[in-house]
Amino acid sequence: MVTRPLRQAVGAHYGSKDWLVQRVTAVVMAAYTILVLGLALWNGGIDYALWKALFARGAWKLATFVFMLALCWHAWIGVRDIWMDYVKPVGARLTLEVLTVLALAAYVGWTVQILWGGR
Amino acid sequence: MPAPDRPVARPRPVYLNLVRIRLPLPGIVSFLHRVSGAVLFLFGIPLLLLAVQCSLATPDQFASLTSALAHPLARLAAIGFAWACLHHFCAGIRFLLLDLHIGDDLAPARRSSAVVLAVSLALTLVAGVRLW
Repeated sequence: MVTRPLRQAVGAHYGSKDWLVQRVTAVVMAAYTILVLGLALWNGGIDYALWKALFARGAWKLATFVFMLALCWHAWIGVRDIWMDYVKPVGARLTLEVLTVLALAAYVGWTVQILWGGR
Repeated sequence: MPAPDRPVARPRPVYLNLVRIRLPLPGIVSFLHRVSGAVLFLFGIPLLLLAVQCSLATPDQFASLTSALAHPLARLAAIGFAWACLHHFCAGIRFLLLDLHIGDDLAPARRSSAVVLAVSLALTLVAGVRLW
């Protein structure tokens, strides 16, 4: 059993918030994944017509968007932890963190283009 | 922090030889969770988006996605991604259960780490066989 430290080593409880976000986003992604797998199993595979019809539905677009938001938020916490553990020089770490945020922001934008880009 | 139950002070500082260190199985699973997560971030997300975009564009592009998997190198990469996804998924569910204090004693935690390794490798094998 771990005893609670008498005082907080770092401020603002940011660690416990990220810890919780990491888990909540994981559950959201797992639910979406199981939904897709279930659809594939139920229909005996997914062909183009079914796939296209699925992504024409507004509810599915929203679910997919929420999945991507969860994925990117989850990835941000995980990748930032990797940079914090292995990259000690502040400048290099900051650069990598900024690049990570930019990439994830671009992925969210790309998702919007795919889902609502219109064709 | 005082440690009254540790009678002999260990010599400090402790130097860890990363090449000779042997992680217990849960440690290996945890490290592979990080490795697979990094792979999924670096390559998985852009490839996933590219695949969804192509698959929704035209029936031809949807079909070209499956024919792209005809190349042995593409198949190898796909199997690699399948493992990264499956391991990250299975190990992640194990961590969620541990957070809920399910199976967090030493023996069950070791056992579940072996299960995670085996199940994700077995499912990767199934995916690989189906692909080939």
